[in-house]
Amino acid sequence: MHRIGVFVCHCGTNIAATVDVKAVAEAMKQEPGVVFSVEYQYMCSEGGQTMIQEAINEHKLTGVVVCSCSPRMHEATFRKAASKAGINPYMVEIANIREQCSWIHKDIMTATEKAVILARTAVAKVQLNAPLVAGESPVTKRALVIGGGIAGMQTALDIAEAGFEVDIVEKQPTIGGKMTQIDKTFPTLDCASCILTPKMVDCAQNEKIHIYAYSEVDEINGFVGNFTAKIRKKARYVDTTKCTGCGVCTEKCPQKKVPNEFNLGLDTRRAIYIPFAQAVPKVATIDADYCTMLKSGKCGVCSKVCTAGAIDYKQQDEIIEQQYGAIVAATGYNPIKIDNYDEFAYSQSKDVITSLELERLMNAAGPSSGTLIRPSYLDRQDDHKAHPKTIVFVQCVGSRSDDGCGKPYCSKICCMYTAKHAMLIREKYPDTDVYVFYIDVRTPGKLFDEFYRRAVEQYGVHYIKGMVGKVAPQPDGTLDVQASDLIANKQLHINADLVVLATAIEPDKTARSVATMLRASMDTNDFFTEAHAKLRPVESPTAGVFLSGVCQGPKDIPETVSQASAAAAKVIGLLAKDKLTGNPCVAQPNELMCNGCSSCEKVCPYGAITYSDKEFMQYDRSMAVRRVASVNEAVCQGCGACTVACPSGAMDLKGFSNKQIMAEVDAICK
Amino acid sequence: MQVNENKEFRPKIVAFCCNWCSYAGADLAGTNRLNYPVDVKIIRVPCSCRVNPMFILRAFQRGADGVIMCGCHPGDCHYTSGNYFARRRMTLLFSMLDFMGIERERTRVEWVSAAEGAKFAATMNEFVETVTKLGENKRLEDLRCKKQ
Repeated sequence: MHRIGVFVCHCGTNIAATVDVKAVAEAMKQEPGVVFSVEYQYMCSEGGQTMIQEAINEHKLTGVVVCSCSPRMHEATFRKAASKAGINPYMVEIANIREQCSWIHKDIMTATEKAVILARTAVAKVQLNAPLVAGESPVTKRALVIGGGIAGMQTALDIAEAGFEVDIVEKQPTIGGKMTQIDKTFPTLDCASCILTPKMVDCAQNEKIHIYAYSEVDEINGFVGNFTAKIRKKARYVDTTKCTGCGVCTEKCPQKKVPNEFNLGLDTRRAIYIPFAQAVPKVATIDADYCTMLKSGKCGVCSKVCTAGAIDYKQQDEIIEQQYGAIVAATGYNPIKIDNYDEFAYSQSKDVITSLELERLMNAAGPSSGTLIRPSYLDRQDDHKAHPKTIVFVQCVGSRSDDGCGKPYCSKICCMYTAKHAMLIREKYPDTDVYVFYIDVRTPGKLFDEFYRRAVEQYGVHYIKGMVGKVAPQPDGTLDVQASDLIANKQLHINADLVVLATAIEPDKTARSVATMLRASMDTNDFFTEAHAKLRPVESPTAGVFLSGVCQGPKDIPETVSQASAAAAKVIGLLAKDKLTGNPCVAQPNELMCNGCSSCEKVCPYGAITYSDKEFMQYDRSMAVRRVASVNEAVCQGCGACTVACPSGAMDLKGFSNKQIMAEVDAICK
Repeated sequence: MQVNENKEFRPKIVAFCCNWCSYAGADLAGTNRLNYPVDVKIIRVPCSCRVNPMFILRAFQRGADGVIMCGCHPGDCHYTSGNYFARRRMTLLFSMLDFMGIERERTRVEWVSAAEGAKFAATMNEFVETVTKLGENKRLEDLRCKKQ
């Protein structure tokens, strides 16, 4: 039995005015195990804490009950005081007789009675307390960033800046992500490449950053501070250490008919290619789906022209295993496939394009060298009809949609980039008529609304509130846009040369498999969920996993960069620690009772429970192997879901054990 | 210590409150000096999913007249999904209590956030009133503990 000391606080008059503190202290002397009981003006004060410490030493106390304010207020204070006097901090329990007694009751007699019961309950609990020691685990001082877009790059740069090693894994042959395809950025209209490519070079040149481009994460194990990842470096059939990126092979390759994904299929590339001039790493990659040498063994042109001897048709995927302390998901987004939106004639007419395709058409490095051309005239750019004279933008294609084809959320960036497109077109080609059909124009953000108003007022873009019902390709190659103007309440027909669809964005298809590997949770739209929507927006509920960029929700470039830096700050905070101290109030299985049924594992939101085969002695003294649960204390957050799920009662929660809670129930019902 | 001489029926109410929302909501009720009956005694648990249905049966067995469990609002659980487990378990327990003959009104689940001190106090006032009307709980009561 423990030797318990009870300390009743007056809290000035906060408690003492409604609760007869002397009576409480007296009553506690009668409780089993209580060897010392006293009341004092301010227990949390220096004097009060000293009183507790002296009593612990003098009366050889092994347990302490403080009857005072809420444990949310001063539990930590009293635990610290007790541990200074040499007893385990988890041998302290608080009876909340202020917030839950003196402050809400007026009658001294009944309030005192309740205070006695609350104190007795705490005494009953502390009788069953056991000293708890928080587990420690080491931290591997290296971070993994999954995704090498602007989010992943910014996170990696910030982590590297703090002096930690970072690996970026990017599935494309180059880092840079979606931003490399964008022409100009709102609201300043600076060129995306001009601000992005220096960052890509910074990543490549930073000694602390290791770029695994054209690679994917195959497997992740472990927990916060101690992750192990297997990274698959996909075969490029080019030795990256030898390739100089001269580009001769990409000019000589006879396979010319490969759709160029960088320009969204608006033009073609060769089977051996460098995605774009500023690619990082700037090395060639052979597209195995189209390379004649890899498919039929006949060609070998690239190998013949490569003076560096970098071509290696026999290259295999390489698996790299690496330890990490923290992992950042920066898997990004893609525009949705709009095949389900047949009314916009996307599949019928080349001149119906998505906004990202328009970015490429307007980019100086794009298929039309920056001249705005109707895609159907890309091969005859001199034709007088090549330049579109009337352009219609359709907003919210698949965003804010409840028709089942699209996404229920707002993609957030479309209103701004459409204003940007409209403005750029009107600036460069003032004779072009530009119409924008919208449901709502949403432009919150610094200088955003001013930007949109400039498009309307200064550049004369026709904004029409209403929906486009149908786009009908005409025999003369133009497009008949049938729409409604909700404000004028009339039907419109616009004869357009080009229709641009602001398609919804969705998380990258690989995000789900990454989330599964990380045991991180996702919402119904496959965006990663944050640990707390308001207060922990860059952390996943899974410890050691952080979120950066659009994988957490739609956002524009400045927001992505802010979140990326925020995630980096959290990673740095974690990696700066040599050891992680856990919460000692974690689940603990009784292996003798566990039958390995997996009920606990299924309810654990953190994946903290694993199973292993262990040998146990049977009743007849023979040895038998059984599957039993074990809890990873560094991962367990101590919610207790498993303790209730366990059908054999093998799982218990330290600090809130079944026996402790039962004792509290009994004390209250006495 | 004075003894309450008032002989009118006072129910014994056990309230399980999760540490992150409801316990903080109860603290806020205190900070705002919102009165609710002394009959309510709170047990702090890390999460509503820590509340084993056996704890509730134990309370009734030991003579509690009402048991209320409070947790974070669905979707707001500190541990992301704990209150969903709690909700399912309690739904099952309630139908079992029905079967045992314990009035449905003696048990309750309420979601109280850390900001809802007023809701906490109102809930407790209302619950105590309901249980007081039902009177003493005779079912499951273990007479051995009455002797003490």
